[in-house]
Amino acid sequence: MTPRRFKARTLAFAALALTLVLSGCGRNMYDQPRAEALESSRFFADGAASQALPEGVISRERGSIDPSYFSGMGDAGFATELPFELTEEVLVRGQERYNIYCSMCHNYDGSGGGVVVQKGFVPPASFHEQRLLDSGVGYFYNAITNGFGRMYSYASRIPVEDRWAIAAYVKAMQLSQNATVDDIPEEVLENLRSTAGEVR
Amino acid sequence: MPQAFPPNSNAFAKWLLIGGGVFFVLLITVMAFFARTSNNAVGVPVSQPVTFQHNLHAGQLGLDCRYCHTSVEVEASANIPPTETCMTCHSQIRVGDPALAAVQASWDNGTPIEWNRVHDLADYVYFNHSAHVNSGVGCSTCHGAVDEMGGMWKNESLTMGWCLECHRAPEEYLRPRSEVFNQDYVAPANQTELGLALVEAYHVNTEKLPQCSTCHR
Repeated sequence: MTPRRFKARTLAFAALALTLVLSGCGRNMYDQPRAEALESSRFFADGAASQALPEGVISRERGSIDPSYFSGMGDAGFATELPFELTEEVLVRGQERYNIYCSMCHNYDGSGGGVVVQKGFVPPASFHEQRLLDSGVGYFYNAITNGFGRMYSYASRIPVEDRWAIAAYVKAMQLSQNATVDDIPEEVLENLRSTAGEVR
Repeated sequence: MPQAFPPNSNAFAKWLLIGGGVFFVLLITVMAFFARTSNNAVGVPVSQPVTFQHNLHAGQLGLDCRYCHTSVEVEASANIPPTETCMTCHSQIRVGDPALAAVQASWDNGTPIEWNRVHDLADYVYFNHSAHVNSGVGCSTCHGAVDEMGGMWKNESLTMGWCLECHRAPEEYLRPRSEVFNQDYVAPANQTELGLALVEAYHVNTEKLPQCSTCHR
């Protein structure tokens, strides 16, 4: 092999190696051309990867469910009964969701003086007013779904089943704030009396 | 016996060594730069179109994380809230404040606020918020004391080594589900004991957890 040919071949090999090494430096595996939630995208006209559902779209199962489940309205106005069985789990779920989404205005006891109200939001009515004590569970479901007065709709944030659970919890909260000793079941009262001494 | 190498190969070998050394150092520098800056800016606040303050909303006011990040329990992504969520309160509170001008403009025009991404995992990593939250991984375990943060930044490196710290020993990090969103949660003294019970109760598959295909699928 002549010196000149040896050098040329080595240089060609070095150039090829360099090209291969540098081609590994791209970030095209890190940022792959796919749409991620809420990122921008050049695919859609409005530039958003996450698209809103076209207007009027409903889920397949919704067609077979009673429309009052979604509207909170019965034949004679607002529904007065939960569309599913009231269990302790429903109330506990309702309490959790109420504390997340409602308590900042309506307060933890439903009195309406939550932390956002203290910051200047128009105070909502207390849940313990006679007008609201007389309102059925569907009334509260409806307010969550469609908003009420200055309160925005929470339909996009709280799923239907959770809205019912919150409405049920509001009704339970009303009972708790206006209860007398006579409302407590005998065995619970017994238990309360026997432990009252221990608590104090 | 003839010479196997021509005289100039001495110089060639010398320059190849020097050149190779320089190239190697350069390569390491560039790689270290990329690894530290764009993907690993731990503790560096990311500038945003609106100076949203978690310390006011989640700290002082005490809003639950889920008031805004509604999908964190059910979806892979813990959503950035839509402008509607901001306006739920700010249609009444601090209306016309210059700090909220971009929010108001977004609401009026129907165009989303373009927040800058803070946590961007590599696309060859599968990550699901709901899977973590429902298995007892607390928000603050990865995101830190968000309720004390003025801006928003990455609290952890999000490197594979960091992920594996927990995937290899989840019992050292898990909390009861009821404490996941509690920003003030402090791990108890018997964390390992509690963690092992939670691994059992939440059906955490400790055999599968450290395997490649759990995240690289």
